[in-house]
Amino acid sequence: MTFEYAPAPESRSIVSIKAKYGHFIDGSFVPGKKHFPTINPATEEILSHIALGSASDVDKAVMAAQKAYTKTWSKLSGKERGKYLYRIARILQERAREFAVLETLDNGKPIRETRDIDIPLVAAHFFYHAGWADKLDYAGLGHSPKAYGVAGQIIPWNFPLLMLAWKVAPALATGNTVVLKPAETTSLTALLFAEVCQQAELPDGVVNIVTGDGSTGSAIVNHSGIHKIAFTGSTEVGKKIARAIASTDKKATLELGGKGANIVFDDAPIDETVEGIVNGIFFNQGHVCCAGSRLIVQESVVDEVIEKLKVRMAKIRVGDPLDKNTDLGAINSKEQLVKIKELSAIGDAEGAERWSPQCNLSEKGFWFAPTIFTGVTQAHRIAQEEIFGPVLSILTFRTPQEAIDKANNTPFGLSAGIWSEKGSRIFWASQHLKAGVIWANTFNKFDPASPFGGYKESGWGREGGKHGLAAYLKTGKETGAK
Amino acid sequence: MATKKSTRLDVKKTYKLYINGAFPRSESGRVFEVTAKNGDFIANPALASRKDLRDAVTAARTAQSGWSKATAYNRGQILYRIAEMLEGRADQFEAEIALTSQVTPAKAKVLVAEAIDRWVWYAGWSDKLQAVSGATNPVSGPFFNFSISEPQGVVAIASSDSFIEFIDGIAAAVVSGNTSVVLVPGVLAVPAMSFAEVLATSDLPAGVINILTGSLDELAPWAASHMDIDGFDISGIQKKKHGALKEAGAENLKRIHAFGSGKTPTRILAFMESKTVWHSVGV
Repeated sequence: MTFEYAPAPESRSIVSIKAKYGHFIDGSFVPGKKHFPTINPATEEILSHIALGSASDVDKAVMAAQKAYTKTWSKLSGKERGKYLYRIARILQERAREFAVLETLDNGKPIRETRDIDIPLVAAHFFYHAGWADKLDYAGLGHSPKAYGVAGQIIPWNFPLLMLAWKVAPALATGNTVVLKPAETTSLTALLFAEVCQQAELPDGVVNIVTGDGSTGSAIVNHSGIHKIAFTGSTEVGKKIARAIASTDKKATLELGGKGANIVFDDAPIDETVEGIVNGIFFNQGHVCCAGSRLIVQESVVDEVIEKLKVRMAKIRVGDPLDKNTDLGAINSKEQLVKIKELSAIGDAEGAERWSPQCNLSEKGFWFAPTIFTGVTQAHRIAQEEIFGPVLSILTFRTPQEAIDKANNTPFGLSAGIWSEKGSRIFWASQHLKAGVIWANTFNKFDPASPFGGYKESGWGREGGKHGLAAYLKTGKETGAK
Repeated sequence: MATKKSTRLDVKKTYKLYINGAFPRSESGRVFEVTAKNGDFIANPALASRKDLRDAVTAARTAQSGWSKATAYNRGQILYRIAEMLEGRADQFEAEIALTSQVTPAKAKVLVAEAIDRWVWYAGWSDKLQAVSGATNPVSGPFFNFSISEPQGVVAIASSDSFIEFIDGIAAAVVSGNTSVVLVPGVLAVPAMSFAEVLATSDLPAGVINILTGSLDELAPWAASHMDIDGFDISGIQKKKHGALKEAGAENLKRIHAFGSGKTPTRILAFMESKTVWHSVGV
């Protein structure tokens, strides 16, 4: 007997979207000149028109941020700064449902995730960092560590408001002012956040939001009034930023790509592990830099794992992101869908075996069924390149050392997962994995108190926790000798 | 080493490189001349080539797993042993520094004493780094979550021509478990290669510290673009040249840092990477 789910759509009446948006500079919305449409990736409906920020818009925002830094923000005590952050956290909690619906409309991710994960974590980030603002002397960075001034922040489309929170909360807590650019396809929640700043009566110019594309981001990176760059995005763009600032005194934190290994030992609790595998790769449509996109399974249990995984995958509900029963929403953009299809086709061409459950995908919008590839070797491009979609590559191993060698055989080093019931084996594996975040018998967990960031080509620096504060404070570490 | 009036002819040392615990000549066969302040010939140290750099990186990478997995206590004892060996040969280093640099013999004595004490200082850090840089993180959920710092891997160090800064660069990199390739300019080659002999008798595993002498203008860009070097301490290089090195290093997002003189644990931590481990909690 099969029980069908009835549709359970979340109402979108809670949000009101303007036909057109400008930038948020010096405490007010200012009109843009050129605009581009932003769409709902689940339906291709045009939601609004977003301003394309020019170098001159960026310049105005930086000037406003500099003025705010000099005149108000740097003169406030940590205690007062913290109180503004607490206010923001509380307003975000009050308006959580509105943010969740708007994020789902603009991004395509399921309401279940925006409602239960993204937006609660956003509020938590502000609440956590609010408390640091007057306690920086105790962060282990020396006495009275100083802010950089104006931070230029460029964020991606996969967790739009959450990435804003990861950037803005620590920057403000440490006394910096910011110029932030949301991703081209997901600007709406950042613009709604600007209203939160107004409601919180945050001093003008402390947070400035300039929308736009790569050229807008580049104008931020290259602006001489910016002292600190914080970027989350692709490794390719991260390297460009590293080159662009090489001959300047600008500091950067870079949260870049990954190809996370999720290792399953033969003593792992298989049912729990299968849940973890699904959460590792299909959470947020696989648009996660730390996704467990390479499953590395001990040979003796691989058949059982794959069989159970297929049964579980057949139950994943793909569809309307606003439906509260949806597990897997829309791919964020046509461009990203093309990339996922291309890399998957390469997986086929290189001889890996593709499997997806039967899914009825909508004609409108951008969709990709949850997919696994078996028979993948380390040389396959789908084992090396970040797909950034709901596509899992499955490899096998015989000895624990082989698992580690395969897991570390990548230029990335962001995340890894370990599934085993044996404590000593988990600690051994976690010591040998070259990754900044390791989840043992869990996956894709985030918290403002927990540092996040990668080894090797996954980036520079950490966000979150005590470690994340160092990214926004002059620690006297670098003296620029001679 | 000093030229004294004597009937006996000095036996002079051949200056070579220090790679993987051995003392090879440069594969290129190149050397450069080091003279004393008064112009007297002292030595023909090796002018290291790009191939020598690659060999040194290979040695450092091979040594990485063992050194980074050695216990902090063990690494601390080996660094302390370096201090012991250096103490026993202090006279030699004082003479070499005074002979090759502008430093007076009295000042050289102070410098060498400080260099020895620096090794003792760094040795003590090996098992305290986690206490100052690690954390257990109170996450909202049934998880035990902690952060520890680990060595980055292979770190190159471009030293200035100061013996004490040479020591700071090496010790800060290796105390945490990094293995290293040290680039030594000009006349520092003389005490640096004598220091390699100290290392060779300090129970330090082969490949943990590799020393190349020669020209930083040649060696540093090669190191900056080498894809198997994780970190690069460019303290010994003029600031105006940092941009080009950082640009080359962006290809593998090398961690590139520069520090002024003086000892600081932040230099050690700059070449470490924070790792955060989550484990679910339940019965």
